[in-house]
Amino acid sequence: MSRRDLSTPLSRRNFLGLELGGTAQDSLAGRGATGTLRDPSVVGRPRSPTDARENDAQIQAIEKRLACNCGCTLDVFTCRTTDFSCTYSPALHREVLALRDEGKTAQQILDAFVAKYGEKALMAPKPQGVLNLTGYLLPGALIAAAGAGLLVFIGKRKAAVAAAAQGSVTSATTGTASPDELERLRRALAEIED
Amino acid sequence: MTLLGQFALWAAFVVGLWCVVLSFSGKWQGRPDLSRTIVRSVYAVCACLIVASISLWKGLITHDFNMEYVWAYTSRNLPSAYIFSAFWAGQKGSLLFWAIVLSLFASAAQFLTARRFAHLMPYVAGVTSAVITFFVSVMLFAASPFERLGFTPADGRGLNPQLQNVGMVIHPPMLYLGYISITIPFAFAVAALLSRRLDTGWIHAIRKWTLVSWLLLSIGITLGMWWAYVELGWGGYWAWDPVENASLLPWLTMTAFLHSVMIQEKRGMLKRWNFGLIIGTFLLSIFGTFITRSGVIASVHSFTQSNVGYFFLAFLVVAAILAFTLLHTRWSLLEAEVQLESVVSREAAFLFNNLLFVGIAFSVLWGTLFPILSELVRGSKITVGPPFFNRVNVPLGLLLLGLTGVGPLIAWRKASSANLRRQFMAPVAAGLVTLGVLLAAGVRDFYATMALALAGFVAGTIAQEFTRGIRARRRMHGESLPLAFARLIGRNRRRYGGYIVHAGILIYFVAFAGMAFKRQREATLKPGESVELSSPFGHTYRFTHLGVSQYEALNRLVSAATVEVTKDGRPAGLMTSEKRQHVDSFKRPTFEPSTEVGIRSNLQEDLYIVYAGSVDGTEEAVYRFNINPLVWWVWFGGFVLAFGGIVTMWPGGGPTVVGPRHRQAGYEVSLVGAEKVST
Repeated sequence: MSRRDLSTPLSRRNFLGLELGGTAQDSLAGRGATGTLRDPSVVGRPRSPTDARENDAQIQAIEKRLACNCGCTLDVFTCRTTDFSCTYSPALHREVLALRDEGKTAQQILDAFVAKYGEKALMAPKPQGVLNLTGYLLPGALIAAAGAGLLVFIGKRKAAVAAAAQGSVTSATTGTASPDELERLRRALAEIED
Repeated sequence: MTLLGQFALWAAFVVGLWCVVLSFSGKWQGRPDLSRTIVRSVYAVCACLIVASISLWKGLITHDFNMEYVWAYTSRNLPSAYIFSAFWAGQKGSLLFWAIVLSLFASAAQFLTARRFAHLMPYVAGVTSAVITFFVSVMLFAASPFERLGFTPADGRGLNPQLQNVGMVIHPPMLYLGYISITIPFAFAVAALLSRRLDTGWIHAIRKWTLVSWLLLSIGITLGMWWAYVELGWGGYWAWDPVENASLLPWLTMTAFLHSVMIQEKRGMLKRWNFGLIIGTFLLSIFGTFITRSGVIASVHSFTQSNVGYFFLAFLVVAAILAFTLLHTRWSLLEAEVQLESVVSREAAFLFNNLLFVGIAFSVLWGTLFPILSELVRGSKITVGPPFFNRVNVPLGLLLLGLTGVGPLIAWRKASSANLRRQFMAPVAAGLVTLGVLLAAGVRDFYATMALALAGFVAGTIAQEFTRGIRARRRMHGESLPLAFARLIGRNRRRYGGYIVHAGILIYFVAFAGMAFKRQREATLKPGESVELSSPFGHTYRFTHLGVSQYEALNRLVSAATVEVTKDGRPAGLMTSEKRQHVDSFKRPTFEPSTEVGIRSNLQEDLYIVYAGSVDGTEEAVYRFNINPLVWWVWFGGFVLAFGGIVTMWPGGGPTVVGPRHRQAGYEVSLVGAEKVST
């Protein structure tokens, strides 16, 4: 982070934007470099300055696997950086930081949350145990089984159709078209249908 | 007006019930006068619901805060557009909205359907009236929008700030229209089953309705994504929320139906499956309504928990039992006319496509209901969020994307190996080139890479189909390139409109893949301080906090935080994110402060800034800065998809009539072998 050099020239458009924006909106300019707001109560809960750990990728990754318990259905990271009126997710964030400070690994932090709040603390159930594994595997397994069943079904139909076609070709060859001609006709029709 | 509204609801209920009884009694058969009575009763129900709707709108517009609904969802200082949209903002109003829209659709179906389907129409009237009557009964017995308070408050509570967005004026109606219009194809399917007229007639009767419904649902879902992105402030557009899932479920089965119905039309197959899909789609639309309104599953979208959920659950169970029992009784009449001949055929590709659509729908439904199942089985609550859905559904989605490219390349009945080589060569090359470019560019995210490579393959398929079609037209009709392109689409709207829809889908996937590379950062900035963020496209953005301004607007107190943006050192303008404290006309706060994000969008990436709040009541602001790649393409994909849908359902089309000049010239079509056939 760096402080903007206020002597830096602005483009005309930005200058106008700043000035017009200022006259239209800045009903009460702040006092000094960090002026106070006219009515701090309308900007929501007072915020603490962010520190470097707010942007720690590992902390974020852990928090994205933890569910906020305010009922928002979001993960801790998303909730605390979205619904700024939520008081749960900042508290959970502080818990994550505290556990991290104790030297715990990501998995240990997740386990600690599960131990404290139950499995609902995780954004997705652990792929362990019969029920959870069923949860993860059932859709794929059903689709695979249905796909395999479909292949077997089509294979059987194909055999039946081939047998029937054999009979019809035999009778057709008694007419004027040869099997080769019929095959060519079939391909031609298939191409037209493409 | 509330008395009139309530009376109109009772009248709609009685007439609707009469229509249902008369339709299903079958006494209209051979009695044209009774058939006409049934149709007129559909129109009468519609008229009653129009009166009820006008009564509610009048209450909203005139700020009749003695009406509980008006008090709960509006205030005197609410902008007019949101007073209008407050009609469907709450549970009770949206029930009336559902009923009136379904009633309009039911009337339109009676009015517009060709006379050759007259034998189906009384049953269609019966089914639609049954659904309308159900919704009216929910209002009459559990959630009346015309309920009055014991006193008249001076002002209302106002509309939830998150609903005060233009997206909420158009997104819910679109989604509702999609959900509601599904009832019409369902009604035709039930009518066909009841009347035992199980040829393709009912399919022709519902083709446009199905497309309209699918199109509205697609637009509604995309608008919902847009609303979530611009309004909710979490920086994404899809969170696998139960209500989002509920809207996706009927879309998936409806899309499966739109594919499988082609097999029934062309080959006389999958009749039972198609009935099953339409019934399933209708039930899923009711299930979505149940999820939204019962509060049985936690969702940010849910209406307040109420007992209307029991009504919907009962209706869902009864409708499922009746519809599937009816299908079962007609099972033997729905034999396929021909059999599948090969795994390598378009029919088989469509079957696998259907399998995936239905499989994904099951997977989404399973994940949505899994917390309930887990609680029932183990007694402990669990959360099933995006990590679960992504892990299960992303591979399935990629398979589906692959099939989007495969289906159009395979011939009907049976494809020869020579045909496959000829068809697949260019699209596969396009996919491989895309993959090579991505790997060379250092892209390593597996799913994103696969999505983009498969998108390359599908793009190759679509381009090849258009190129061949245009080339054939130019050869046969001597048309210029633009004319051949326009006529190719115009003469075969269904096929090429479908390809445009596929193009929209592949654009979606590309855009979704882009989010794998999003960047974000939080920062606390005093005026004049700045922070830098690099984008995945290699640009460096610098955000300089200019300050926080506070001012009053119509129904809110606004705190606007402004940042100056530079891109690679060059000025890129100003962006503003706001905190809004909504107030009633007496300046009393009505809700918690809400956040309005600042978004600047281009073809590569979106800058997305969120003003989280201020430190100690000063201008020192806490921000979240996001760079979200390829988001613009989500909305463009939605536009392309909708355009393709409109092309597909646009009336007219058909083959070009060869003019006498061309006929004289003797155009030739080459068949396999050396023979030539003159036209």
